Amino acid sequence: MLEKKDIERLADMASMKISASEADKFAGQLNEILQYVEKIKEVDTEGVMPTLYPVSLENVFREDKVEPSLAREKVLANAPEEKDGQFRVPRIMGE
Amino acid sequence: MELCDLTIHELREKLETNEVTAEEVLDSFLRRIEAVEEKVRAYVTITADEARERVSGELKGSLAGIPLAVKDNISTEGIRTTSSSKMLENYIPPYNATVVEKLDEAGAVILGKTNMDEFAMGGTTGFSAFHETRNPWNLEHVPGGSSGGSAAAVAAGEAAAALGSDTGGSIRQPAAFCGLVGLKPTYGTVSRYGLLAYAGSLDQIGPITRDIEDAALLLNVISGHDSRDSSSVRQEQTDYTAFLQEDLSGMRIALPKEYYELDYNPEVKESVLAAVKKMEAEGAIVEEVSLPSIEYSVAIYYILATGEASSSLARYDGVRYGYRSKEAANVTEMFKNTRSEAFGEEVKRRILFGTHVLSAGSYEEYYVKAQKIRTLLIKEFEEIFKNYDLIVTPTTPETAFKAGSITAPLESYKMDAFTVPVNLAGIPAITLPCGFSSANLPIGIQLMGPRFGEGKIIQAAYSLEKLLQLENKRPELEVR
Repeated sequence: MLEKKDIERLADMASMKISASEADKFAGQLNEILQYVEKIKEVDTEGVMPTLYPVSLENVFREDKVEPSLAREKVLANAPEEKDGQFRVPRIMGE
Repeated sequence: MELCDLTIHELREKLETNEVTAEEVLDSFLRRIEAVEEKVRAYVTITADEARERVSGELKGSLAGIPLAVKDNISTEGIRTTSSSKMLENYIPPYNATVVEKLDEAGAVILGKTNMDEFAMGGTTGFSAFHETRNPWNLEHVPGGSSGGSAAAVAAGEAAAALGSDTGGSIRQPAAFCGLVGLKPTYGTVSRYGLLAYAGSLDQIGPITRDIEDAALLLNVISGHDSRDSSSVRQEQTDYTAFLQEDLSGMRIALPKEYYELDYNPEVKESVLAAVKKMEAEGAIVEEVSLPSIEYSVAIYYILATGEASSSLARYDGVRYGYRSKEAANVTEMFKNTRSEAFGEEVKRRILFGTHVLSAGSYEEYYVKAQKIRTLLIKEFEEIFKNYDLIVTPTTPETAFKAGSITAPLESYKMDAFTVPVNLAGIPAITLPCGFSSANLPIGIQLMGPRFGEGKIIQAAYSLEKLLQLENKRPELEVR
């Protein structure tokens, strides 16, 4: 069963910040869901291959040819912060 | 009935014979929106000016001059696309989804973007970050979700038809709750390019319409291989309207006992079984079958969908577009603050659960196990379809419930039991109204077909629609 600290660890992995009370609440709800899905253990899946996509496609390739992509201005149009044609973010080093 | 109450095919006829102009048609819808939108709240963004501009020019194509609504998780170039999330509240896509390109080429007029549960996660549209949408049949009740805005718009006459998306039932359930036709195509039939992904192995875009003919018309326009979606399949161009035939003779219908043995709203069960009896009277052969893996479908759906969602939504980090938190000393803090401030509770819950089932130590036990059970479910469906043309079930165990009445996550997840197996198997399914409850709320019947069996389900649904004659019923909305 998941505890508050497990939820905090998961939130960290998913790059989210949650409060102590949120962690408690989520732990309770996730445990309920986990309890419900436990029944999958009773299914015999010996020798069964997992399904990734419900369609039989393999190695969908295209010609290795350069084609026009999106114009730079369009790419940057929604940028929260932009500088010199690049996306500007808070510092990455020295946390 | 006003112009805004008509179907696409009825409007087409009037436009083609010049009985009405495209401006008059658009006007009718815009007036209806003005009259009822305050109560229904189906839209996030209404593009009235753009629509007026569009009908002032000449429009050509199978949907020329037809006003449609598009769910807000489908990218529309230059028009805000929010997925009903704070994360994308001001995001303006620099490109059109393939389905939008196709609608444009067919001459359709887009009225606006419809409300939904945030990032398509939900069954009420109540998880929209912006506002709730209500059911035009009873404004105290939910329209369903996650394509609740699309369904409410069509039911209220605020659009002739709409596009929705369906991952675990998000087209079919709201269509059923709102007394409409909803079609989830075979996985790979409609391009997902430009659809803001929730779960890549389950998502499909499809039509929500007033009748089966409209659904076939829309499917003709939006379907087709797209090299920009590597999960889209190459198939012969099908004219789905060729299946609009009233002929049920010899159609073999399977009723999975696991659905009918469950305990749920008896009015729903009776209405669906009565419709099946009508089909039998027209020559359909009806037999009971068993689909044992149905028992596990909600469980595996929530494991697979949340796992995929935790990956799909990892892109929302405040770097290139969308919301960015103001307070952040460094980039890692920016990621965390952005995602915590801009994602709603349900989205966070599913991301957390998905992260758990994908994490080391749990991956084999949950995610891979679920993928294996998915294989078993697919095989079971394939076996049934060797001997039967369709599987028929209720679309939902209940009619549209009161807004705010379901609060526990697990309780709401279980309501998806009738719809999720279809997405897991990648097969097509259609819902149409088969009756009304004693509270005058619509009841939907679901027809599932084999992969690429849209023709069979369209024919069966069309035949049933003509027997039931419910497609012209409209909710009585107090029009201001």
